[in-house]
Amino acid sequence: MIRRLFIANRGEIALRVIRTAKAMGITTVLGVSSADAASLPALMANETVLLGPGPSSQSYLAIEQVVAAMVGANCDAVHPGYGFLSENATFAKAVAEVGIRFVGPDIRTLEGMGDKLAARALAVEAGLPVLPGGEAATREAVHVRAGQTGYPLLLKAVSGGGGKGMRRVDRAEDLDAALDMAQAEAQAAFGNSAVYVERFVAKGRHVEVQLLGDGTRAIHLGTRDCSIQRRFQKLVEEAPAPAMPAEARAGIEDAAVRLAQHIGYCGAGTAEFLVDATDFSFYFLELNARIQVEHPVTEAITGVDLVEQQLLVASGKPLTLTQAMVRPFGHAIEVRINAEDPEADFRPAPGRIARAAWPAGPGIRVDTHIAAGGEVPPFYDSLLGKLIVHAPTREEAVARLKAALASIRIEGVPTTAGLHARIAADPRFAIGGVDTGFLTGLAQ
Amino acid sequence: MNDDLPLTAEDIAEIAAIIEASPYRELDLSTRRFRLRLARGDGAETSLTQEWQWAGSAPEAAIAADAEHSADPDAVAAPLPGTFYHAPQPGAPPFVAVGDAVGPETVVGIVETMKLMNPVHAGRAGTVAGILVPNATMVAKGEPLIRLS
Repeated sequence: MIRRLFIANRGEIALRVIRTAKAMGITTVLGVSSADAASLPALMANETVLLGPGPSSQSYLAIEQVVAAMVGANCDAVHPGYGFLSENATFAKAVAEVGIRFVGPDIRTLEGMGDKLAARALAVEAGLPVLPGGEAATREAVHVRAGQTGYPLLLKAVSGGGGKGMRRVDRAEDLDAALDMAQAEAQAAFGNSAVYVERFVAKGRHVEVQLLGDGTRAIHLGTRDCSIQRRFQKLVEEAPAPAMPAEARAGIEDAAVRLAQHIGYCGAGTAEFLVDATDFSFYFLELNARIQVEHPVTEAITGVDLVEQQLLVASGKPLTLTQAMVRPFGHAIEVRINAEDPEADFRPAPGRIARAAWPAGPGIRVDTHIAAGGEVPPFYDSLLGKLIVHAPTREEAVARLKAALASIRIEGVPTTAGLHARIAADPRFAIGGVDTGFLTGLAQ
Repeated sequence: MNDDLPLTAEDIAEIAAIIEASPYRELDLSTRRFRLRLARGDGAETSLTQEWQWAGSAPEAAIAADAEHSADPDAVAAPLPGTFYHAPQPGAPPFVAVGDAVGPETVVGIVETMKLMNPVHAGRAGTVAGILVPNATMVAKGEPLIRLS
């Protein structure tokens, strides 16, 4: 059993983990940067340890400091959240070496899945379809690959996630400039500038499957659709994937479970697929070996606390859930409220929150670390909070989302709330099943 | 520093349902640790809102946003707060050096904010007369980065 849990993250996910850990009777120790020392998660954790100054490279990404902090605080497990060190095999190894449990899959899986090319190979082994493309170690190799896939294509960070280090390239003459930017972003976000090339599907939907495994058995908790994105950052996520035949959904879920079984997956993970919006054929993209930002929509329709499941599996317990016990109900939608300026091409906008009135009511959940007086530092991502609505049908969920968005009041920084109100009012969104090009056609 | 968390999302949903079924407009609850205000929205279509304030949650002094800078017409200013980089990646040659001719669209540096790389454009044609901020320095919005002549 886990008694003292170190949380190696910040923001809303740190708060989310603290909530479940406390409900399970686990003492929480939060590692914080100096910029987060007075944050809400710092206030809520049982104890805090200062990791270093604001920039993540000197605090949340500094493996030596983070490991020293959890050893010093006498913790027996660490939850890495998402982003930062959550899928870093070097970190997981360092944690294992000091005898602390890592709440996540084993090191072999992190190595296999953290490298997106190795992940592709494993998926092919398990019989999953993948997109044309692949490795490109040098600038010349990128050009050769681009010649094979054709344009438009995607440059993706080998150790990527969250759209960082990803660029769409439409013409050969833009390739070099896009490569420089993608590599710089990948280096800053993941400490690894390697990228690979993949064909870009014009009318694609982003559908993913929530997985739970204990190393011997794996189950799925249904699909999520995350097609509404900007700069490859997810904006809206829903569960289950709407406007899709039940057989198509089942085919994707089965493929995801097949992969999880093949690699003996342990913990909570997400298999991401690109689904052709016209014929529902699907391609494996990657397996995220961590809790996802959008996990609450799955929790809403299944009633399963995914963080609790992570902590149980990490403490060595076999899964008690079976596939038959997972009975999704209704429809859930999550929107990400980010501190971004819609007047300036949604540039991140750090600052002080003067007022934060979040929606409240039946079927509404808000996961946020932001309250009045809170600070959004310039060092981290722009997520202020997640608004999650749940209702018996998708139509009712959309209505609930509209009402909730109409009442939200965040003052002090510009936010994406207005953008979400426009998305919720769009007739294409009302029908459901939109592709990743949705935002381009959004009314102003 | 607390062993319990005040209220879960389910608790808030229940309290909201009670208020919605009542003649009351809002609930304002203050304790030593927090203040919670649950109130009806202004319009007919809107739902209730929850506003939290926490005792002890006072952030450390932030990097001054929109710092007062004399509007130097010859300076290229930071479009947003973040870390200013001279080069696309560590070890790479800088985007521009003193004496380089630039056009309005020339990228003269990068400001990294919230993990996104934002290119800084010269904004006008000219010649680089000076780099005003060292590489990898935190800058405020509007801070002069590069002087053109």
